[in-house]
Amino acid sequence: MGDEPLVRWDWIWRNWDTGRPDSILALLESHVVMAFLPVLFGLMLAVPLGLACARWRWLYQPTVSVMNVVYSLPSIAIFIVMLAITGLGQATVIVPLTFYSLAILIPAVVDGLTSIPDHVRKSAVAMGFTPLRRLVGVELPLAVPVVLAGLRVATVSSISLVSVGALIGQGGLGYLFIDGWQRQFTTPIVVGIVATVLLAVIADGLLVLAQRLLTPWRRA
Amino acid sequence: MNWLIDFFSNPTNWSGPGGIPARLLEHLEFSVVALLLAAAVAIPLGLWVGHTGRGSFVVVVSANAARALPTLGILVLVVLLVGVGSTWPVLIPLVLLAVPPILVNTYEGVRGVDPDLRDAAYGMGLRGPQVLFKVLVPVALPLILLGLRLAAIQVVATATVAAYVGLGGLGRFIMDGLATKNYTITIGGAFLVVALALAAQAGFTLLSRVAVSPGVRRVR
Amino acid sequence: MITFEGVTKRYDDGTVAVDDLSLEAPTGAITVFVGPSGCGKTTSLRMINRMIDATGGRILLDGQDVRQIDPPTLRRGIGYVIQQAGLFPHRKIVDNVATVPYLLGWDKKRARARAMELLERVGLDAGLARRYPFQLSGGQQQRVGVARALAADPPVLLMDEPFSAVDPVVRTSLQDELLRLQSDLQKTIVFVTHDIDEAIKLGDTVAVMRVGGRLAQMAGPATLLTEPADDFVREFLGRDRGIRRLSFIPAKDVRLAAVPADLALDASGRPLGWRTTGGLLPYGTFNPERDSLRAALDAALLAVNGTAVAVDEDGRVIGVATREALDEVLGQYAARHTSPAPRDPRPEEAHRTSAAAAPGSAPEVPAEASGPDGHAPPDPGPGNHTDGEGPRG
Ligand SMILES: Nc1ncnc2c1ncn2[C@@H]1O[C@H](COP(=O)(O)OP(=O)(O)OP(=O)(O)O)[C@@H](O)[C@H]1O
Ligand SMILES: [Mg+2]
Repeated sequence: MGDEPLVRWDWIWRNWDTGRPDSILALLESHVVMAFLPVLFGLMLAVPLGLACARWRWLYQPTVSVMNVVYSLPSIAIFIVMLAITGLGQATVIVPLTFYSLAILIPAVVDGLTSIPDHVRKSAVAMGFTPLRRLVGVELPLAVPVVLAGLRVATVSSISLVSVGALIGQGGLGYLFIDGWQRQFTTPIVVGIVATVLLAVIADGLLVLAQRLLTPWRRA
Repeated sequence: MNWLIDFFSNPTNWSGPGGIPARLLEHLEFSVVALLLAAAVAIPLGLWVGHTGRGSFVVVVSANAARALPTLGILVLVVLLVGVGSTWPVLIPLVLLAVPPILVNTYEGVRGVDPDLRDAAYGMGLRGPQVLFKVLVPVALPLILLGLRLAAIQVVATATVAAYVGLGGLGRFIMDGLATKNYTITIGGAFLVVALALAAQAGFTLLSRVAVSPGVRRVR
Repeated sequence: MITFEGVTKRYDDGTVAVDDLSLEAPTGAITVFVGPSGCGKTTSLRMINRMIDATGGRILLDGQDVRQIDPPTLRRGIGYVIQQAGLFPHRKIVDNVATVPYLLGWDKKRARARAMELLERVGLDAGLARRYPFQLSGGQQQRVGVARALAADPPVLLMDEPFSAVDPVVRTSLQDELLRLQSDLQKTIVFVTHDIDEAIKLGDTVAVMRVGGRLAQMAGPATLLTEPADDFVREFLGRDRGIRRLSFIPAKDVRLAAVPADLALDASGRPLGWRTTGGLLPYGTFNPERDSLRAALDAALLAVNGTAVAVDEDGRVIGVATREALDEVLGQYAARHTSPAPRDPRPEEAHRTSAAAAPGSAPEVPAEASGPDGHAPPDPGPGNHTDGEGPRG
């Protein structure tokens, strides 16, 4: 390495927006897509599944066990298996990451729904809420904080995991790691790490903001 | 299934420095050392911050940001900067990966202990460290162990990337399979990683059966 | 003895929780701090064992300034009971109780033996010792809390609303239990409550505090009821002060008459009812040795003829108290407290009794209440079912 600086700023300026798919901006864009869609899909699936688990408690243990297995699958391995099924495309990364998100979000939804104090649930019943109204009007809103906490972890993990996809050619900012490694050049690697962390911090901040807006009764 | 049988019935996969036992041992070594190092940093820090309440904001925010660190990026950066001579470059990203879940859960566990309980402990004449170790730690133990378990699973699953920079471990099978398009080996390696992660999970579940007081483990 | 000398607590945010408080909590007696929410009771109590440090004045424990004692050492010599019991969830009941003995370095066997003894003392079954706190009811947990505070036999006990989280029936029995324990142990107890009835029932001395941490009045409960210092104390004491004071007059001075012929008795001499042409009618009993005048009056009011039946410890009739006899005692009593002479409440309070003396609470206790409390003989006599009927004949 010798006297090569850790970061060469001129490289960043030159590659910021070249219009090619390997420009930093284009990689950032595909990274965002591949990181957020899985969380979105995961949430859409986790709410009905979590509701089912909260309703029929016997479903919960098996679901959690399956999700634990999913969670321990090494991401590269699933990416490779997906490659055989979906071919090379963003779906190769999005589908497995959706399952990771699910593994985090289902327990969060179930915990959120079951953490509602019993007296709140009972008083809702006593006031004559129908089960559906109770769900929509009382239980879901009160579960929001716990679900959002799970969503924060899922989002940040997803953002960080996308880069592994670079090993199979679909990794958003992860491409910068491969590129830097192959050229023995640290600048793209540092740029990739910093951009990934910044992205995660911004997303996390937005979720905290959402938490404030969605649960005004919790503001201390 | 057939692929798995092919992989495990092939005698050449069982012997030598590239055989299953040797790779498994390497993988275990990275994982255990990384987990121990992370625990040695995160548990005392989490206990201290949870007990004193000092610096809790900084710790929670930075732990969340640290979750976003892309392991692959950190790994290639460390190896580029220091070279591959030993295994310790791979430990850095794995420790960084394991610290946040242990730290956050330890902190939350201690902080979440009922204030009345602390009050009673001090009121009976326990000194600060006695309150921490005789009351707060035993009560927070389920969460501390949960943090360790999550960290262990992530470390085992993620240690596969070490193979990308030429280090050993079960990731070798996955990477080599990918490079030679021999997916039998990839899937066999992934299977071993999952088995190891599930074994870690089972180990921690067992540990919490033994170590956590039944008075704290009460079912909800 | 615990002495507050001009004690002040100003919190960091400027709130003055306790302002120039001076009082004495005598050795071997229960001193109750009572007052509206936020008046500084908890703060005052916690300054004694230095859970909070005073910002002005001194607190002396048997003459020694508590500030000169290292807090953990100080606290190990002072029992402390809080509202939610604060039991350690990870330890079995027996080990919870043995906490302070362990801290003091007792060997395990001795500490556990001591814990078992205390569990029995506070009325808990030995079988509960091996359980974890979550396996106990709220009332049981609270008893364990008391046992734990007593474990190292500290001379001083601080109790912060220890019974306020349990239902009224359990609370009454916990209060009775505390009085029973105290009559054996004679600890110096400082007890905080916001419930004036509890204060009057338990306190040898009651310190009424007003918001801002000032002492409004400090007196024995009987004096407090008859001579509230000002409108604040009067209002805080609430209604029926005269009736409630009856709890502090022993019933043993009531003149008993011979058992009249129309009181039906069973073979062992226990009452069955007042005989009339219409059958047996309701009666009420009191125990002159243990009960208060309030219980005796209560017994009289339950009977169709206004006559209270006096019984001994076994429930056997020893005589009756007519309305005239009760009236005599009431008359003496009324005359006594209009004259300025007996300011000191102690002599009359020495005879304070348990269940029946609970002001206002006795009628709510269901008939299963065990003691000889005037209107609920343990065996259901024929007269017992007619409690609610109007006076006939
Ligand atoms: N840590 C604190 N910081 C600031 N103010 C406090 C603190 N603790 C208590 N206070 C204030 O001091 C005053 C007295 O509080 P304290 O807890 O002693 O009241 P209390 O008489 O025990 O009330 P309660 O019956 O509600 O328990 C209150 O106004 C309270 O708000
Ligand atoms: Mg209080």
